[in-house]
Amino acid sequence: MRLRTLTALAGALALSLATGCAKGDSTGASANTVTYWLWDANQLPAYQACAKGFEKENPGLKVQITQLGWSDYWTKLTAGFIAGTQPDVFTDHIQKFGQFADLKVLEPLDDLDIKDSDYQPGLAANWIGQDGHRYGTPKDWDTVALFYNEKMAKDAGLTAEQLNDLSWNPKDGGTFEKAIAHLTVDRNGKRGDEPGFDKNNVKVYGLASNGGGFGDGQTQWSPFTGSAGWSYTDKARWGTKYQYGSKTFKSVIKWYFGLAKKGYLAPLSDYNIQSNQANTQVAAGKAAAAFDGAWMISSYNGFKGMDIKTALTPVGPTGKRATMMNGLADSITKGARNKEGARKWVAYLASDKCQTVVGKAGVVFPATPAGTEAAIAAYEKKGIDVSAFTEPVADKKHFRTFSYPITNYAADVTALMMPAMEDIYGNGKPVSSLDQTNDQINLILSQ
Amino acid sequence: MTVASSSPPSRLRARDVGARTKPKVRARERDGGGHGDGLLAAVFIAPAMLGFLVFLAWPTLRGIWLSFTRFNLLTPAEWVGLDNYIRMVNDPIFWGSLGVTVEYVVINIGVQTVAALAIAVLLQRLTQSSLLRGIVLTPYLMSNVVAGLVWLWILDTQLGIGNEIISAIGVDRIPFLADETWAIPTIALINVWRHVGYTALLLFAGLQAIPNDMYEAAKVDGASEWRMFWRITMPLLRPVLAVVLIMTVIGSFQVFDTVAVTTAGGPANATNVLQYYIYGSAFGRFQFGYASAMSVALLVVLSAITVLQYRLTRAGQTDLG
Repeated sequence: MRLRTLTALAGALALSLATGCAKGDSTGASANTVTYWLWDANQLPAYQACAKGFEKENPGLKVQITQLGWSDYWTKLTAGFIAGTQPDVFTDHIQKFGQFADLKVLEPLDDLDIKDSDYQPGLAANWIGQDGHRYGTPKDWDTVALFYNEKMAKDAGLTAEQLNDLSWNPKDGGTFEKAIAHLTVDRNGKRGDEPGFDKNNVKVYGLASNGGGFGDGQTQWSPFTGSAGWSYTDKARWGTKYQYGSKTFKSVIKWYFGLAKKGYLAPLSDYNIQSNQANTQVAAGKAAAAFDGAWMISSYNGFKGMDIKTALTPVGPTGKRATMMNGLADSITKGARNKEGARKWVAYLASDKCQTVVGKAGVVFPATPAGTEAAIAAYEKKGIDVSAFTEPVADKKHFRTFSYPITNYAADVTALMMPAMEDIYGNGKPVSSLDQTNDQINLILSQ
Repeated sequence: MTVASSSPPSRLRARDVGARTKPKVRARERDGGGHGDGLLAAVFIAPAMLGFLVFLAWPTLRGIWLSFTRFNLLTPAEWVGLDNYIRMVNDPIFWGSLGVTVEYVVINIGVQTVAALAIAVLLQRLTQSSLLRGIVLTPYLMSNVVAGLVWLWILDTQLGIGNEIISAIGVDRIPFLADETWAIPTIALINVWRHVGYTALLLFAGLQAIPNDMYEAAKVDGASEWRMFWRITMPLLRPVLAVVLIMTVIGSFQVFDTVAVTTAGGPANATNVLQYYIYGSAFGRFQFGYASAMSVALLVVLSAITVLQYRLTRAGQTDLG
């Protein structure tokens, strides 16, 4: 009797589990819901406001927004693609675009009729795949500038005008290296350009470390490689050959990481992607300046008891300043449950209507010119001057902007370049080692 | 036991066995469930068996099959024969990963075993306090990720309190998790900190099984604690120690979470342990075939080490009695 009861109980439990699994739907989406994912918590309120406007215009449709931290975001998205629990629409990054195109998990968006001229230059074109189809609609953009501690600069006798007028070259580093050296202070109070400077006991580094920079160097070496005229690949988009073995690239990298040997740039060992990125070093008073992206404006301006200002990237050997101009997009997944609703939502996200709302929040630069204007005004209201980020986009004569490298096998490139750059930065490996890494990368790309 | 060792004529042994099993059968019949035994056993075994088949046997077989394919999870797997294995043998990053993993295991297991043994013996010989036993186990109650993050913050080169103290006493700051030579020993010791109490408790349980009169007899003979440790404790603890070693070595080879939260494999692959490389290849680069091949290699390495350890330590035999 007892045995039978036990068996019956076990059977009932198993049955309930099985049916539970079959009926379960982790997304909780219905036919009238569009699911949307993004990673930046700062932007969540702005997009919630957008969703409200969208729902008003499209009665019966609901947008369900999920925000996840950067690394969880991509892990969960990948798992979602495999398990079929992906969102209908998600915020896409160029770094991942190549891979998602390879995996064929994105829905073509050609019929949304996105025009290049409706957005800041270059943003719309980046989201066209090798097959000629569009897979993303421009959402926002960012550039890189030099954040610096105003008090430390004053103590060093450097004015905002001087810091905005720096130039560099790979031979002697130019006025940029001089400024960084002068901002560096050792334990005995000696500056980096003074005799008797102790580079092994630095109290404040002129320039904070943001790590080796993987294969893109966005907030590390790319302002320099860019203003030296170098490009990641043989073509602007979907190149088939990387150029990490080029003489120009190697000479810039040698000079840039050489700043760490001189004691002006914080060493790799001071950097940790979890605990101590460049902004933390500046906040802790361990570094006077840092190259960082527009998405960090609010973070740097939030440091307590510290005035942080921004300066343009320095003029390079080409006579121009340079910064990466990266843009995010919204993409629809191939397995989206509500494709019709998703198309409407993406079209709305890409419109001036939504982008102006996002711009007014003053947390990011939206992709449409009207959205950008709204953001600049919002930052101004908060007392933040963002011209170091917007000038490069407006002034093509004096600035070169370039995009994140867009190629196939982007994850493999990162996996190979990360240790290669860290070896040069942290272990003093010669830059000639990049030849071999570049060959390996190009071999993978030629597959 | 006695039947086997005295090796009587086979007829006698058969009768002997029969005589011993008969009453048991009768006892079962009295309960009235003679035919239900098989079914009952099946019911009890079924959940474990189901778990074994679904979560162990099937994934292992599928993993082995995938190691002969090119597979990105989203499109069908494509048979490539031995390609993944050839690539593995020629992949310097794989060998580097294996190297740092072995370095990690040697430091982790070496320090952990000696420390755990010392703690276990002290717990047994010096105190009966269950409070102390509880305290020893405390770090084990923390999740690996939390332990990793806490130590990451303590040891941070610029901001960590550990390095603040080091520099306050006039020594240069140590990039514990950011330097090639320091990173693996640091991660190994973080995990020693977390696991040593648990390992000590396992060994302590083994020590409890050693009859106390042996120590008393030795004491009467005038043996020192040191001598008793080597002549009584170690030989009698050997089977337990062997099993603990096998388990901890296997666990140690699979180090992943601490690396993932503290160094992410860096700097320059210095902590790119095998499990982390496998994870990156699979979930970062979508090379599930290659990742499976490396997993199979890890399986082979672990099996070989386990068999070797089992043999060398005679884990199946005891010196007691």
